[in-house]
Amino acid sequence: MIHTRRRGLAAIVLWLIFLLACAGIISRTHFTTDLSAFLPRAPTPEQQLLMDQLSDGLASRLILVGIEGADAPTRARLSRQIAQRLRADNTFVSVNNGEPVNTERDRAFLFDNRYLLSPAVTPERFSADGLHAALSDSIDLLASPAGLLVKSLLPRDPTGEMVQLLEQLDSGTQPKLVEGAWASRDGTRALMLMQTRAAGSDTDAQQHAMAAIRQAFEQALDQAPGAPPSAQLVMTGPGVFSVTSRDTIKRQVTRLSIISVALIATLLLLVYRSFSALALGLLPVVSGVLAGIAAVSLGFGAVHGITLGFGTALIGEAVDYSIYLFVQSEQNRADHQNWIKRFWPTIRLGVLTSIAGFASLLLSGFPGLAQLGLYAIAGLIAAATVTRFVLPSLLPVNFRIHDLSGIGLTLSRVVQRAAILRWPAAIVLLAACAIVVNNRASLWDDTIASLSPVSQAEVELDTRLRADMGAPDVRYLVVVSGANQESVLGAAERVSALLQTHVEQGRLAGFESPSRYLPSLATQRARQASLPPRPQLETRLAQAVQGLPVRAQLFPPFLADTAAARSQPLLQASDLQQTSMAMAVDALLIQQRGQWRALLPLTAPEGGNIDADPIRAALSAIPDVLFVDMKAESDRLYSGYLHEAIVLSLGGLVAIVALLLVVFRSPMRVLRIIAPLAAAVITVTAGLSLFGQQMIILHLVGLLLVVAVGSNYALFFDRPDPRTPILPRTLASMLFASLTTVAGFGLLAFSKVALLQALGVTVAPGVILALFYSAIFARQSDAGSIHA
Amino acid sequence: MTRHTRPRFRLWALVWLALLVSPLVQAAPLSIAQLMAGLAKSPQGAATFTEKKFISILEQPIESSGELLFIAPARLEKRTLKPKPETMVLDGDTLTLERGRRKHVLQLKDYPEVAGMIESIRATLAGDRKALERVYHLALDGSQERWTLVLTPLDPKVGAVIARIRMEGAKDVVRSVEILQADGDRSLMTIEKQAPPQ
Repeated sequence: MIHTRRRGLAAIVLWLIFLLACAGIISRTHFTTDLSAFLPRAPTPEQQLLMDQLSDGLASRLILVGIEGADAPTRARLSRQIAQRLRADNTFVSVNNGEPVNTERDRAFLFDNRYLLSPAVTPERFSADGLHAALSDSIDLLASPAGLLVKSLLPRDPTGEMVQLLEQLDSGTQPKLVEGAWASRDGTRALMLMQTRAAGSDTDAQQHAMAAIRQAFEQALDQAPGAPPSAQLVMTGPGVFSVTSRDTIKRQVTRLSIISVALIATLLLLVYRSFSALALGLLPVVSGVLAGIAAVSLGFGAVHGITLGFGTALIGEAVDYSIYLFVQSEQNRADHQNWIKRFWPTIRLGVLTSIAGFASLLLSGFPGLAQLGLYAIAGLIAAATVTRFVLPSLLPVNFRIHDLSGIGLTLSRVVQRAAILRWPAAIVLLAACAIVVNNRASLWDDTIASLSPVSQAEVELDTRLRADMGAPDVRYLVVVSGANQESVLGAAERVSALLQTHVEQGRLAGFESPSRYLPSLATQRARQASLPPRPQLETRLAQAVQGLPVRAQLFPPFLADTAAARSQPLLQASDLQQTSMAMAVDALLIQQRGQWRALLPLTAPEGGNIDADPIRAALSAIPDVLFVDMKAESDRLYSGYLHEAIVLSLGGLVAIVALLLVVFRSPMRVLRIIAPLAAAVITVTAGLSLFGQQMIILHLVGLLLVVAVGSNYALFFDRPDPRTPILPRTLASMLFASLTTVAGFGLLAFSKVALLQALGVTVAPGVILALFYSAIFARQSDAGSIHA
Repeated sequence: MTRHTRPRFRLWALVWLALLVSPLVQAAPLSIAQLMAGLAKSPQGAATFTEKKFISILEQPIESSGELLFIAPARLEKRTLKPKPETMVLDGDTLTLERGRRKHVLQLKDYPEVAGMIESIRATLAGDRKALERVYHLALDGSQERWTLVLTPLDPKVGAVIARIRMEGAKDVVRSVEILQADGDRSLMTIEKQAPPQ
């Protein structure tokens, strides 16, 4: 007796140290809600690019802002005031609302450097014939409606290089101006487009940027004459998504934890009718949660919000162990030791099967999934161990809970009759099998969007604003890598030339390239060399005007400009500063980890997709060039995860079966334990399919949980000798355990975060079904032998 | 052919008659309201045009020709066929220019000079007096049979580019548009109405 007590004391001390260590680790833990958990641990080059773009790319830095309500002049005025304030804010690289802020500087930059920038500048163009052709084109242009705009340029730029450049830069889709500020097509919303300095993955910085926008909006409202206008501010963009989803997940996880703890505590209080029992019963849960978070933190360096949400639900599972201890043991200390002898092996096996199931997730290349696996394993081991070694020693001498034998006896009678339901249950199961087989093609949702914690309303707002704005939808990218800026720009030029032929064949609507704004030095030099010396150009020009309605005397400004261009210093990245082109070069020319990269986003032809194969084939001739379809790549990434998760889950199932075979050495017995669990999984899958819910990875994790939790029930119902009846107390404990699990996971079903909702709708019905199937298909004890 | 010539002959006879009795007719000169009401009657029309641009830096005028299509109230298409195919479509506030494979979509408000020029034609064809008077001072001369409408920009920003626009027409048909630019260059577009498309 003294021996046990001393051992108990040692266990308590160890436990306290363990809790302190966990708390210490958690206090330093970084919590994330971004996409990082969904990105692979060992990426391919395409995936690496995808990850970089998601976390850091141009698209990730854009915030689209809409101003709604009030009237058009008010919206435009607010837009201008917000823009004015934010242009002075270092948080933003650029703030666009259609005001011609950079237009003058942009035009001056393009015009002054037109001979270095225009791809039309070749030696042929400046031969007599070339000049003749270019001149007659320019004169034709004078006849056109656009002629008015180019007339004044003719003496300085007779070959039309400026027109070339403007045509190249014209993005085509700009929002329309209403009262001098961008507005949506229907004119009901003012639009702004901002680029943050911080990466889209820097959620704190994005939150700061959003706060700055909101503050500028409110200040602009305050400045309004008279009553503040009834305008609203809406924002969207990848950074906004990560901020709002972090808020949502944080809020939901907090709320769900509180409600689920309250619900489970109420339930336990009703059962135990004892506060001390309640408090003691929650100890393993708290230990499990702390151990889970600490383990994930140690293993992954950060804990994802979804993991915490999952942890909330696992409270319902971890509390089961103390329920088994309190309800199954007799009402005295000696019996707690007895419980350890009689029931612990079964529970230990249940914990082991759960671990076997979840261990497979650890192998996942999907860090989010591996986190869930680690959390579940650490949490369940901690909860079970605390229940086994610490909790019995903590129980007061005269610890007792409300007598549950009444309920237990009722349950015994119910279970005795459960066999009546075998046929109906078999029919339900058969129907479920039919549904699953019939819908097998549509069971899974393998688009990555299904993982997004962003709500449907936010996605719709984003689509609307994006369509209004004509904002870049960076889907197709050609990526050029190299050791330095010059080589990357050179390669980008070769790729551009190749892509241009595809544009001319109509396979592409267009493309972007940093080399457009910042040609490689070699190209700039070649363009300079294309310009003949002044006397030579003069002679050629005299020949070129033959037969054209212009006189050569018109063009001294042209001669002066080309002479200056021949010796002007070559363009550097810094020359672009203060122009809108700087933003493009910034986004498209990246130095990272000692490597240079040029990004060339492609635009699909109207109403069509890009046929990647011919472009990919053409590009394969150039080294270090990658064609990436971001959407296909991310969907492939996700469906890869999904298939991996399916394989791993099956592996987990195999591990569970193997474990049970090793323990019981009886295939029939293992079959009897596994059958109700498989039945529950099939029925839940059929149910989801019936309700039109396509399964994502988290449903799969849910099914794994159904097997893990359900295995406890199946093990309790399993008896080597059918003549031994199941004790009424055991039945009562199983009922309460399943109720707490359902309470924990059932709450998740009401979550607005799709990932958590998926877990909830799978586990809550699955656990109940596992219990029912176990009871219905359990071997019947001989009639009348139900006395405890 | 005779069936064709006869009405035309009759028309000319009437004009001649009208000139003879001009003092009587001039007693009731054409008002802007009348002209606009007449123009507003035709919901659409197709025509061919020839445009000559007289630009000081060029030795000779440059000529272009093509088709015009107007669909009331706000769509005007100018399809140049020579010397280079080019399309300009004005629909509402959006101006679409297509030249070769290039397509530009402009918002009229961004280009007040161009807007002034195009709006003058569209609004005249539509008989939209209000739209015209937003940008121009209107002066009408002549009779129903032969009128001249001179538009002078009100906005100095437009005035810096366009000195005046002079349109000539007969009844509810615009025959020519002459645009005199502030720098002395000018363009003259003559319009031949086609049979209305069925």
